[in-house]
Amino acid sequence: MRFINFINKLDKRWIYLVLALCIIIPFLFPIGFPMKTTAPVKSIYDFIEDSIPEGGVVLIGADYDPSTMAELHPMAKVIATHALSNNLRVLFVTLYPQGAGMAQDVIENVLREWNNSNPDNQKELGKDITLLAYVPGVSAVVLKMGEDIIETFNEDGYGNKLSDLEVMKEIKNYNDIDLMVELAGSAVVLTWLIYANGRYGLNVGIGTTAVSAAEYYSYLQSKQAIGMLGGLKGAAEYENLLSKKGVYWGRKDATVGMDAQSSAHIFFIILIVLGNIAYFVSKKQKGGR
Amino acid sequence: MFIRRTLPLLVSAIFGVALIFQFFIPHPASKSFYNMMLDWLIIVSAFTYLIAVQSTVELHITKIKRKVEGWQYSIIVLVSLFVTALLGIFGGAFMPTTLWMKIFHNVKPTDTTPLMYTYLYMQMPMQSTIFSLLAFYMASAAFRSFRARSFDATLLLITAGIVTIGRVPLGEFIYKGLPDVVEWILKYPNMAAQRGILIGVQLGIIATSIKIILGIERKYLGGGK
Repeated sequence: MRFINFINKLDKRWIYLVLALCIIIPFLFPIGFPMKTTAPVKSIYDFIEDSIPEGGVVLIGADYDPSTMAELHPMAKVIATHALSNNLRVLFVTLYPQGAGMAQDVIENVLREWNNSNPDNQKELGKDITLLAYVPGVSAVVLKMGEDIIETFNEDGYGNKLSDLEVMKEIKNYNDIDLMVELAGSAVVLTWLIYANGRYGLNVGIGTTAVSAAEYYSYLQSKQAIGMLGGLKGAAEYENLLSKKGVYWGRKDATVGMDAQSSAHIFFIILIVLGNIAYFVSKKQKGGR
Repeated sequence: MFIRRTLPLLVSAIFGVALIFQFFIPHPASKSFYNMMLDWLIIVSAFTYLIAVQSTVELHITKIKRKVEGWQYSIIVLVSLFVTALLGIFGGAFMPTTLWMKIFHNVKPTDTTPLMYTYLYMQMPMQSTIFSLLAFYMASAAFRSFRARSFDATLLLITAGIVTIGRVPLGEFIYKGLPDVVEWILKYPNMAAQRGILIGVQLGIIATSIKIILGIERKYLGGGK
């Protein structure tokens, strides 16, 4: 009985404290639970690995901001690195003003890590990777890219003329893009699926937050999306696949975060169970009212 | 009346119908019309930012003038808005501008721009912090509100519990088949419900679009009925 009273009167600040510890401790002492690779993650990996010839183009949509970067930033890094490791060209695009900063951060990090660990195969901004300039209009931009990418943006995010860049060589429209992976925690994903895939037949992969992942299973089943990275776990699974291939890209942000997420999820379940026990015992005491 | 009501209705009707026909006409002239429409749409979208800035500035100036509660924060909003815009315009987005390098001689083209600096070291930590607080509210809500009060709530509780544990490696460690159970939940019951919702939403969008083209739906013009 004392336990039930304790549960019912528990100050929420204790919950906050335990949750904070659940998140911080695994970062300091990582456990590294093994992870199974799910089919939607494997299909994006396999597509980049087997279906795109050397010199092919991967377009990455960075339509997220710092609020969801914990889940989506590791995806952007790992997909860009995977593409570079297969000597593919990488274009970042954003339909969201804040996404430009995210993409720039990924490009800078990926290039630095890649060039530090691969002195014999250096990658360059403008030659192997770039960020297309931000253009407002969302669906209009996606549709216009299907007609002419260079005409849509004119410049890259750094002010260089796209027509002068080696990374843009022989790229006219979606027919010259092998894969587009859209990273977003919002409905922008649908814009790419409906317009770029639906109208122009572009191969689209999805990288989204764990809470949004459930929305896109219909598109996986209908094959409108070739695969999906759902939340931090999706990113961690991809990191594992790339590690097995022997590619290095710096800190494995998603894998490191998975231990913290595991303990936080277990803590949530414990809280729900405790809350329900207290609820049913209290209800019984009050005569089932 | 003509400018505010009739003209926008005519523009919507003409261009709505024209773009529907354009989709089915594979002629170069039709293609060029389509490309022109896309360019116009992009230009109009750019102007919406000006309206957003004007609206934000007006709202906060009114708050400051009337000294409503928390008006001091409005000053911070306006200062941040203009300082960030000026840093972007004169300092460059991702590469320092020539003007910026002329003013500050020690700045190199590879240096982080002031705009990117504010993004990386101010906006990024602030926004991430605010969003991460959500985990604490969720923990508290899970403890206080997530109760098996009815059959529906119990079903939701059990499913959420399985998905929550199954989506992390620890769940797989506890029971190896748990990720497959989660995939099944997401692939079948979840997808069936999502698809139903999606079809409903898309039918609604088609119906609303037709109503806008025909001038039946006029709420987007503002001013009530």
